[in-house]
Amino acid sequence: MPTELAIDVQGMTKRFGALVAVDGVDLQVKRGEICGFLGPNGSGKTTFIRMLCGLLRADGGSGHCLGYNVITESELIKFEVGYLTQRFSFYEDLTIQENLEFVARMYGIPGRQAAVRECLSRLGLVDRRIQLAGKLSGGWKQRLALAACLLHQPKLLLLDEPTAGVDPKARRDFWNEIHSLAAQGLTFLIATHYMDEAERCHRLAFISKGKLLATGSSDQVLARANLTTWSVRGPQLLALSNDLTGLPGIEQVVAFGNTLHVSSSQQAALERAIAPFRKPPYIWQPIESGLEDVFIRLMDSSHTVEA
Amino acid sequence: MKQLPFFSVTRFFAIVAKEFIQMRRDRMTFGMMIGIPLMQLILFGFAINSDPKHLPAAILLADRGSQGRTLMQAAKNSAYFDLSQEFETTAEAEAALLHGRTQFVLNIPENFSRKLLRGEKPALLMEADATDPAATGNAVAALRALLNNALQNDLKGPLAFLKGSPGPIELIVHPHYNPEGVTQYNIVPGLMGVVLTLTMVIITGLAITRETESGTMETLLSMPTRPFEVLIGKIIPYIFVGYVQVSLILLAARFIFNVPMVGSIPLLLACALIFIAANLAVGITFSTIARNQRQAMQMAMFFFLPSLLLSGFMFPFRGMPHWAQTLGEILPLTHFLRVVRGILLKGSDFGDLIPELWPISLFLVLVLTGGGLRYRKTLD
Repeated sequence: MPTELAIDVQGMTKRFGALVAVDGVDLQVKRGEICGFLGPNGSGKTTFIRMLCGLLRADGGSGHCLGYNVITESELIKFEVGYLTQRFSFYEDLTIQENLEFVARMYGIPGRQAAVRECLSRLGLVDRRIQLAGKLSGGWKQRLALAACLLHQPKLLLLDEPTAGVDPKARRDFWNEIHSLAAQGLTFLIATHYMDEAERCHRLAFISKGKLLATGSSDQVLARANLTTWSVRGPQLLALSNDLTGLPGIEQVVAFGNTLHVSSSQQAALERAIAPFRKPPYIWQPIESGLEDVFIRLMDSSHTVEA
Repeated sequence: MKQLPFFSVTRFFAIVAKEFIQMRRDRMTFGMMIGIPLMQLILFGFAINSDPKHLPAAILLADRGSQGRTLMQAAKNSAYFDLSQEFETTAEAEAALLHGRTQFVLNIPENFSRKLLRGEKPALLMEADATDPAATGNAVAALRALLNNALQNDLKGPLAFLKGSPGPIELIVHPHYNPEGVTQYNIVPGLMGVVLTLTMVIITGLAITRETESGTMETLLSMPTRPFEVLIGKIIPYIFVGYVQVSLILLAARFIFNVPMVGSIPLLLACALIFIAANLAVGITFSTIARNQRQAMQMAMFFFLPSLLLSGFMFPFRGMPHWAQTLGEILPLTHFLRVVRGILLKGSDFGDLIPELWPISLFLVLVLTGGGLRYRKTLD
C-alpha cells in the first residue's frame, strides 16, 4: 500500500550558477489534498515543480513522490504525474484531437481512441476537434491542456499558474473541476498568485526567494502569523498612508479600495502607533487579517531577512 | 518494480505521426525541401556545363608533311576545339597557355609525317590548361578518337598495315597546373549528395530546437520517453522527404540531363538510405547542442561548407593536400559521391561500394550515439 503522502520531500535544492533558485524546501502533501503553492514571481515555484516531475535535476534533497524516489526514479514518476505548464506547451500546429492522440500514444494508454473520444466529449470539443490548438482562445487552451494532462489518469497533478490569463468564470469552472477530481483521490500542487484561489486550497505552502516560509491550512497560516490588522476609512487616505508607513510598530500599510489595512505582528506596538491618528474624520476598526495581509507581510519580512 | 522499457514502439510511433502532421502543416519548409533541389538542379545542371566545347586552342606545327596538315584540319573540324592560333615557337605557345589566351596547344613535332609513314609511332604532345579539369577532360578524350579517325584516309594502300596496329600515333597529354583527371556527368549525380546534405541537416537541426523554443519540449520531457524514441522518431519522417529529393534528382538526371545510368537504381536507393540517415543524425545532434534555431542553422552551415568543398564535389578530391583528404574521408558526402558516381557511371555493384558504405555507416552510428548522449532529458 502506498504511503499516505503523495509528495514527501526534504531539502530540495536547485542552483543555477550562483543563484539558489530553490533552497532546502521540505514539503509534504497528502493524497487527495489540494496544496496551494504561493510565492512572488521568481520565488522558485516553477523550479520546484520541475524538480518533482523530473524536468530538472535537483542539486540536493531527497524524498518520495507517489512512493518513487524523487531523485532516482523520475522516469517512473512521469507515468503517474500530470504537469500543466505555465505557458501552453502542447503543439499549436496540431489539432485538438491530434494533440490528445499524441499524448495518449506517449503514455501508451489502452483503448486510445475511446479515451480520446471520451476526453473530447467531456471537454465539449467534439465539434471542434479538427481545429488547430494554436487557434484556441486562452481559456480553451487551458481546458485542453488540463484534459491532456488528465488523459493518462495521473495520481498527482502539478499545475503551474494554471489560471493566468483566464477569465473569472472559466477560473471558477476550473476550480470546481479541481475539487471534484480531488474528491476522487487526485492530489494537486497548484502554483498561483491569486489569494482567492489560495483560499480554495486545503493546504498552503508559501515560498519566497527559494525558501519555504510557511505551510499549513489557511487558518493555520493565519493563526501562526499572529497578525493584527486595523482597517481605516476616511478622506485623504494616501496622505494618511504616507504618515503611517515606517512608524515603529507598523509593519505594513496597504490600500484596499476605500480603506487602508494597517498590520503588525506586535499588537501593542501597533495600537500605540495608530493612537495619534484615531480621531475623526478617520474611522478605525480592528478586522481579521486576510491571507493577502499575511503573505505580503511574509514577502516583506523575507526581504528584510535578506538585507 | 516497474521499469521504463528501453524502447517503446508506441511512443516511437507517436513521435513519427506527430512529425508527419507537423511537416504537412509547415508548407513553407516542405516547399523549401522541394525547392532547393529544383533550384540547384537548374543552377548546377544548366548554368554549369561540365562538357564545354569550342575551347580556344592553338597549334604548333613543326612538321611539313601532309599528315600533320590532315591532323590540323581534323582538329579544326572538331566541335571541341576552336583552332584560331598558330605558333612558331614553343615559348610563344607556353606564354599563350600561361596567360589563358588558349586552353590547348597541340604540338605536331618535326618529322611527324615521316615517322608515321615509317611506322615509328610518332608522339604528339597536347598541352592543356587543366586548372579546371572538367573543361579539358572531354576535349582531350575527343582528340584521341579524332586522331585515329583523321588518318584513316591517309593510311591506305601500302600504308594500310599501320591501321591495324593499336594506334599509329602516340598521344601524350600534358595537363598543366592540375594533374587531376576528368569526371564525366559529375555534377548532377553529385548534386544528389549535396542537396541531401544541405536540407537534411538543416531540417532536423531545427527539429529539437523548435520544440525548445515553442515550449513544447517541457511537455515532451514531462512524458516518459527514452531519448532514442524521440531522436529516431524525428528522423524517420525526413527520410521520406530525402527520398522525394532523390527521386526528383534521378528523374532530372535521366530525362533532362541524360546522365548515363549504368548501375542498379535499387542499389543506389538502398545506399541513399544510409547517407540520408547519416545527415539526419548530424542535424539531430546539432539540434541537441544548439540552444535555439538560429544556432542550429549556423551549425548546419558549419557542416555543409566543408562537405561541399572537401568532398570532391567542387574540387577534385585527389587534388587536395593530404590533411584535407583525411578530413574529406570523414564526411559522408565524400563517400556518397563515389557511391552515386560509381553506380550511375561505372555500374559498380554492392561489393565495389563496401569501402564507401562502411565509413558512412560508422559515421551514422557515432553521430547518433553522440546525439543520444547529448539529448537533454531535463531542462537543465
